[in-house]
Amino acid sequence: MSVTTADTHHDDHHHHAPTGLKRWLFSTNHKDIGTLYLWFSFAMLLVGGLMALVIRAELMYPGMQVVDPEFFNQMTTVHGLVMVFGAIMPATVGLANWMIPLMIGAPDMALPRMNNWSFWILPFAFGILIAAVLMSAFGEGNPSAPNFGWTFYAPLSTKYGPASTDFFILSVHMMGISSIMGAINVIVTVFNLRAPGMTLMKMPLFVWTWLITAFLLVAVMPVLAGAVTMMLTDRNFGTTFFDAAGGGDPVMFQHIFWFFGHPEVYIMILPAFGIVSSIIPTFSRKPLFGYASMVYATASIALLSFVVWAHHMFTVGMPLAGTLFFMYMTMLISVPTGVKVFNWVATMWRGSLTFELPMKWSLAFVILFTCGGLSGLMLAITPVDFQYHDTYFVVAHFHYVLVSGALFTLFAAAYYWLPKWSGVMPSKLLGELHFWNSLLSVNLLFFPMHFVGLAGMPRRYADYALQFADYNWWISIGGFWFGLSQIFFLAVAVRCAMKKGEPAPANPWDAPEEDLEWTVPSPAPFHTFDTPPVVK
Amino acid sequence: MQSKLFQRVLATLTMLFVSTVAFAYEGAERSHENLRPGVTQISQEVYDLHMMVLWIVTVIGLLVLGLIMYSAFAHRRSKRPEASKFHENLGLELFWTIIPFIILGFMAWPATKVLIQMDDSAEAELTVKVTGYRWNWSYEYLAYQDDNDVGVFYFSNLDTPKEQYENPVSAAGLFPYGTAADKFGKPAPEKDGDYMLAVDKPLVIPAGTKVRFLITADDVIHSFYVPDFGIKKDGIPGFINEAWAIVPEDATGTYHGQCTELCGKGHAFMPIEVNVVAKAEFDQWIADEKEKAASGPDLTPFASLDKALEKGEGLYASKCAICHGANGEGGIGPAFAGSDLATNPERIQEHIDILNHGRNAMPAFSAQLSPAEIAAVITWERNAWGNDTGDLIQPADVAE
Repeated sequence: MSVTTADTHHDDHHHHAPTGLKRWLFSTNHKDIGTLYLWFSFAMLLVGGLMALVIRAELMYPGMQVVDPEFFNQMTTVHGLVMVFGAIMPATVGLANWMIPLMIGAPDMALPRMNNWSFWILPFAFGILIAAVLMSAFGEGNPSAPNFGWTFYAPLSTKYGPASTDFFILSVHMMGISSIMGAINVIVTVFNLRAPGMTLMKMPLFVWTWLITAFLLVAVMPVLAGAVTMMLTDRNFGTTFFDAAGGGDPVMFQHIFWFFGHPEVYIMILPAFGIVSSIIPTFSRKPLFGYASMVYATASIALLSFVVWAHHMFTVGMPLAGTLFFMYMTMLISVPTGVKVFNWVATMWRGSLTFELPMKWSLAFVILFTCGGLSGLMLAITPVDFQYHDTYFVVAHFHYVLVSGALFTLFAAAYYWLPKWSGVMPSKLLGELHFWNSLLSVNLLFFPMHFVGLAGMPRRYADYALQFADYNWWISIGGFWFGLSQIFFLAVAVRCAMKKGEPAPANPWDAPEEDLEWTVPSPAPFHTFDTPPVVK
Repeated sequence: MQSKLFQRVLATLTMLFVSTVAFAYEGAERSHENLRPGVTQISQEVYDLHMMVLWIVTVIGLLVLGLIMYSAFAHRRSKRPEASKFHENLGLELFWTIIPFIILGFMAWPATKVLIQMDDSAEAELTVKVTGYRWNWSYEYLAYQDDNDVGVFYFSNLDTPKEQYENPVSAAGLFPYGTAADKFGKPAPEKDGDYMLAVDKPLVIPAGTKVRFLITADDVIHSFYVPDFGIKKDGIPGFINEAWAIVPEDATGTYHGQCTELCGKGHAFMPIEVNVVAKAEFDQWIADEKEKAASGPDLTPFASLDKALEKGEGLYASKCAICHGANGEGGIGPAFAGSDLATNPERIQEHIDILNHGRNAMPAFSAQLSPAEIAAVITWERNAWGNDTGDLIQPADVAE
């Protein structure tokens, strides 16, 4: 790399922060990049949410009324992709950017330019994907957007995929590059930039869970890249990786996809575990129960996540021994997950509890995530999974762990750290409205999905038999309600961004003093920990 | 007073739920909110396993909820201004690591037993090959008792009329045709009780007999799901999966299932209907079907162009419009209106070959339509939407 001309104004950057468009486009500051990630992910949440509302509008009554089945499939596909890769993952990366340097006493992320790049890839990746949807909705002749589900099973996505599949492949490649760079940045930062005295076993649990997440990302994102590359050559260069007619195997696609896809689930939920492990002790005024066992449980969940992938594909016809292996391994995951839940409960036990907004969201998370985890245990029981598989029961399960699980902790994190990010306290009234509306509607939205699923309604259905009609109506009502409730959060976030609200002190929640992020002023200055703090 | 209020709320809630159940539906075998026990021994065992696990997880879930609620109430700051400081306890950690292992063992044991039983498809009396297509199923009776060459084969299509589910606004994309005013104010079409479940020709199997299904697919992955038999198995192009069922003799009747692997636009529109009949009735049915199959296709020529068009119009709407558009304007598949293929007289043979053998994502229709039907469809495509070629294709032109 070139060496810049001798610049002697080393100290200037302490006092001068870039402004305007350049500040955001060229930023190498972990806080600015974190902010970009967070706004981007919230925008994607709204985009993906709108798609979910199209789905729910169509499913409110039996019969096709709003969109045609082809467009319906595009909605389910892009909703899933946008939510997984555009909303949840970038939001956790945004939190990592903001909080990891503050939590470990580092001046910034270790690789700031790569940090900028890993963010700025994302708007283009999603621009490409969403362009396909816009062309389908409004373009001449309605050319199909990706319509094969977010799991894009071959050969539906290869030989039978629409032309826009190549847009999708490029887009997924870019998302993967972004994620890998973000993960490398976290690993390098955590290993190299910890403040003196901050040993690994003193790190806040959020840093631990993100470190483990980063290893998962580095391990499985290339697998996803391999899968889409094989799709690319199958579609355009005459290979037959996934086509039995040429000696390939469509089931191999599923093995490769889920070898990525299952760890991906934990990539989305482990940072959530870290967030609540920060919040619950603060509002219980009691240290986290079983810190070491939390670290080990997180690591065992991550390791086990590599040997359970085929529980997504029990119906493809695996040999009995393979099926049994994946059933037992999947059941095992519930042990470390249970340990975490019990540790959170024990953290609260005999504490001195208050229920500010971050705590409310965290408790809702623990309860509802447990509900999603328990239905996951039901899904692990293979003979019964044959009945549950690909029905709304599965849809209920993964929305419980991803919406009332991961998304709820992201809201908890936002309410917890917004004072630090913005320097003002988030509006209590709007926050309470947001919380209670979300809590009630999310259950109206997802709980009855268990019922229609058990009653036998397959997922990704644009129309359904009449015995599913009544619950689907309620589910749609819950969906619209939940969607509209997020406007409260938009208002909260915009008010904080505009610095409207009560000024926040450095440590508004009386968090434990060893949590370094609360030792810097609110809002956190542009540069923090230029001189590393010393951790005792 | 309090209990009265509680009862009122409960009654109102129940009413709300029940009133929305007003949709007419029949069939005691259909459930609203739980798994059905089904009719085979396996499906009963699966149901029992489901209920056992459901109760276990419900108890665990309520326990966690109860502990959190108790703690939230009893350990709130106004009651306990000073928090305890404990933060580890090896005994507790071991306790809630080991106890779940034991509970898991209680679930794993019966699950393993059921799974082993499900895997044993040996000694079936009847073997039926089930093939998924975009978007219907075909059933081929391969072997029955000592007869290893039954040779009965047919397709099974959704029988719910389009008028019951299609709306003009939903032809393609997002609100592409018609206006909201066209849509609103119009009453929803009446729906049959077996809406989205009825098929034109169900799979027929005998009761009291071990039936083995060999499941595959012709194009993309489909999944054969009959909840009352406890069966869900993917049909994978190029591979064959197995499943089996013995429906008890006292459980004859009609059972429904659906495709459960996303297979494209018509994924929700390819139900499964299984008609379980007494063994004697089945023997008669299979003998009749064999006789029909032996007689070969009917190649009687069309009397006039209009006769062929009449037949072709309906077939086009049910088989072709989903990809090529209701007015031949194209969609997933290419357009016909004004296209060279459908108007150039030199490409008639090519047109016939594509329908017979398929091309790219287009399936080979010689498997599911008779020569007369294919001829009628081609005739329609070459004469509708201003194509007006006057070409009349006869069944003999199509038959090979």
